[in-house]
Amino acid sequence: MEIPYNVEERQDTGMYNAKLGIWLFLASEVMLFGGLFSAYVFLRMGDVTGAFMSGSNQLNVPLATFNTLVLISSSVTMIMSWVSLKLGEQKKFKTYLGSTLVLAGVFLVVKYFEYSAKFHHGIFPETSTFFAIYFTLTGLHMLHIIGGMIVIFYFLVPGAKMMKLESERFTNRIETVGLYWHFVDLVWIFLFPVLYLL
Amino acid sequence: MSGQPDTHHEESFWRKYIFSVDHKIIGLQYGITALIFLFFGFCLMMMMRWQLAYPEEPMPMLGWLFGENGVMLPEMYNSLGAMHGTIMIFLGVVPLAVGAFGNYFVPLQIGAPDMAFPKLNMTSYWCYFAGGIVMIVGFFVPGGAANSGWTSYPPLADIATTGQTVWLIGMVLLITSSLLGSVNTITTIVQLRTKGLTWMRLPFFVWAQFVTGFLLLLAFPPLEAAGVLQLMDRLLDTSFFLPSGLVVSGEILNVSGGGSPLLWQHMFWFLAHPEVYVLILPAMGIVAEVLANNTRKPLWGYKSIVYASTFLGFMSFIVWAHHMFMTGMGTTISAFFQATTMIISVPSVVILTAMFISLWGASIRYNSAMLFALGFIPMFGIGGLTGLPLGIAASDIHLHDTYYVIGHFHYVVAPGTIFALFAGVYYWFPKMTGKLMNETLGKVHFWLSMLFINGIFMPMFVQGLAGISRRLWDGGTTYAHAADTLWLNEVMSASAWLLGLAQLPFIYNLIKSMKSGEKAESNHWEATTLEWTDAPSPPLPHRNFEVIPEVHRGPYEYSVPGADKDFTPQSEA
Amino acid sequence: MSGHSVEDIKKSVKVYIGVFAALAVLTVVTVAASYLDLTSGESFFLAIIIASVKGTLVAGYFMHLFSERTAILAVLGLTFIFLLTIMFLPYMALTDHPAV
Ligand code: HEM
Ligand SMILES: [Cu+2]
Repeated sequence: MEIPYNVEERQDTGMYNAKLGIWLFLASEVMLFGGLFSAYVFLRMGDVTGAFMSGSNQLNVPLATFNTLVLISSSVTMIMSWVSLKLGEQKKFKTYLGSTLVLAGVFLVVKYFEYSAKFHHGIFPETSTFFAIYFTLTGLHMLHIIGGMIVIFYFLVPGAKMMKLESERFTNRIETVGLYWHFVDLVWIFLFPVLYLL
Repeated sequence: MSGQPDTHHEESFWRKYIFSVDHKIIGLQYGITALIFLFFGFCLMMMMRWQLAYPEEPMPMLGWLFGENGVMLPEMYNSLGAMHGTIMIFLGVVPLAVGAFGNYFVPLQIGAPDMAFPKLNMTSYWCYFAGGIVMIVGFFVPGGAANSGWTSYPPLADIATTGQTVWLIGMVLLITSSLLGSVNTITTIVQLRTKGLTWMRLPFFVWAQFVTGFLLLLAFPPLEAAGVLQLMDRLLDTSFFLPSGLVVSGEILNVSGGGSPLLWQHMFWFLAHPEVYVLILPAMGIVAEVLANNTRKPLWGYKSIVYASTFLGFMSFIVWAHHMFMTGMGTTISAFFQATTMIISVPSVVILTAMFISLWGASIRYNSAMLFALGFIPMFGIGGLTGLPLGIAASDIHLHDTYYVIGHFHYVVAPGTIFALFAGVYYWFPKMTGKLMNETLGKVHFWLSMLFINGIFMPMFVQGLAGISRRLWDGGTTYAHAADTLWLNEVMSASAWLLGLAQLPFIYNLIKSMKSGEKAESNHWEATTLEWTDAPSPPLPHRNFEVIPEVHRGPYEYSVPGADKDFTPQSEA
Repeated sequence: MSGHSVEDIKKSVKVYIGVFAALAVLTVVTVAASYLDLTSGESFFLAIIIASVKGTLVAGYFMHLFSERTAILAVLGLTFIFLLTIMFLPYMALTDHPAV
């Protein structure tokens, strides 16, 4: 028995199932990061030791700026991969999706250097509440990147079979992956000024 | 996320019963697991009740569990209390109300072949199962299971024994399960309603599950975040919840400090208040179905209860700090939370009143399901009304953290929600199994439960008003000012054990009827909703309906004047 | 968003490139602004405003929210209300704390 509206849109709601599903999931993700941002606001406003000011000054702004640009670019390649699918250009699709994966990898490598520089200077999550929230927020964000990379890899290699067999369904899936990926980018857009610049 | 099971060839046992993607099997898995956990949580409570009634005496038969000549140690009592609360709420009631009944009956009532994402559905169940196992593992780590209350307040929870870490990991799994489940429920209700089933034709049970879905979806993530922060505190020595200069056992704790225990309380109650509506809304949904069916009358004020429940859902997000009046909150904020709390009581009263008025002038069928549904109304009434003084800071100062609070929320969840869940079991059992349950045993079960459950919780109000605190391992024996209420401890404990015995007819009935109950008609209760009128009992594997039904009318068209029978199915043209 | 004709899609590619450029520029702007001599309140608002503009661009164009179904917008609107609640109500309770 086929589940209705798995691929095609339902007339009155104008959505296929996964579209609503991924947005609901993202809504819960908003609340997840919202909770952590709330902790940030709460701790920062209650901070009498100046840990937040001095902590944020110790972060590496140029590296993070570079990483911001990397993530933004990966969002663009992501959306272009969906566009290519829509236009039926399957080769281009693979190139764009592959670039997204590579850019995500670059982000992780940069992050690795940032983290290890901190550890090298004896800065750990326990150092102060600022670094505690810094490592938690960026760590959770990195987990999201890694999760996204796994899914992207799946659609690039083993899952790509579906592109020929059920092309519409495959396009939908890429759209939902894209929504997730842009969300991860969006989170970083807020993390960056909040942690590094303020 | 999708992918259809092939219905044409025989499925292996594993595919069919264990890793099934059929919402009915998953619903049953949830149901059975949750009932077992409910029973387990109940057993923990029965041990606690021994301790409270006879604080100095060794426990008969089970004394060997506690070493020390069979007397329960305070740490052990704390573990049992925390695990009782956690298990009852997160592993018992919510999975039963949402995972079992929601999963099984939402697709059936909206005329869908399954949930929108069957594989995701299976994943949620297994996350829940894993979470449950992890929680149980807690009992076997050094220091025992979590013992900082189901609320896990830091700083206590931050420095508690390993059991707390296990608890947090369990919670993360349970939260993940709930999140996946709520995405699935909401999508199913929005997308898979059959032809003609407009929003205002949805059975109220579906509405209740819909609102519940949003509560789980949006309130749980901040607790997940808080859980991660507490894990960080415990494992990586951060100080999210530890203030500077905290002294533990006479020594200043060696951490950076700068955190705040209040942060946890906010993040915890941001979930935990909506959570109580997660506990009560599906229960109201079940009661509405059973009431309409057995009064043979339309539900009174269907639209008002639909609007009331959505309003309730919305408001439940902005009342949480009424649990924190005693944290030294200022008057402005506490005025805000008092006001919202008073406002949120209005929709609850609307729903309860509508249910009550529905009884007016009905020729009621008193079967077991109906008795439990009827019992729900006054019991939830007591639970709700006793909540009002807790929502006003001035009276809460006296009542906070006393047995009065325990009495209050137990009236809501035990004779309230759990009665409604029993009503659901008696009402839908014939649909799920194709067999009938024994009515006599059902009635015995109801009357005994009703009697003893009040014997447990009513005295709690008295003790609470007398000033006895909750979470005391000795039942308040050191409270001189409350000495003349202490005899009630024995009354409550005896009632609790008798309540345990009163569940035996139910358990027997359930197992016996499953094996050899009388065969049930497909629409045994002569109901109007799709699960009864258009699906066989039990519904067809993997597709529910022979032909997907079409809907032509509202959910509760009972005793329509001029109709040839006293119920007009939704699918009747 | 399905039901896109090839024309539409080709047009939107231009938009995506434009958004990309805007995002890159805003990133540089926000970093530059952090070197300005502002009070912490001012720099906070500046940074949040720039981030919100960037966020709106991503959500509106890359995630198609500007042309999305009302059901999804409603869900997100609701989420946004609760997001503000969890972000700021605890903080307001903190500052209303006579002891702090
Ligand atoms: C029906 C039989 C039940 C009895 C006799 C019972 C009894 C108790 C007792 C004695 C306590 C400890 C009070 C204290 O020391 O502070 C307690 C706590 C609690 N119970 Fe129950 N309970 C029952 C059912 C339930 C159910 C169905 C739920 C939830 C759905 C529940 C949720 C809780 C919670 C959340 C706590 C607080 C735990 C904590 O202190 O962290 N109980 N209960
Ligand atoms: Cu509450």
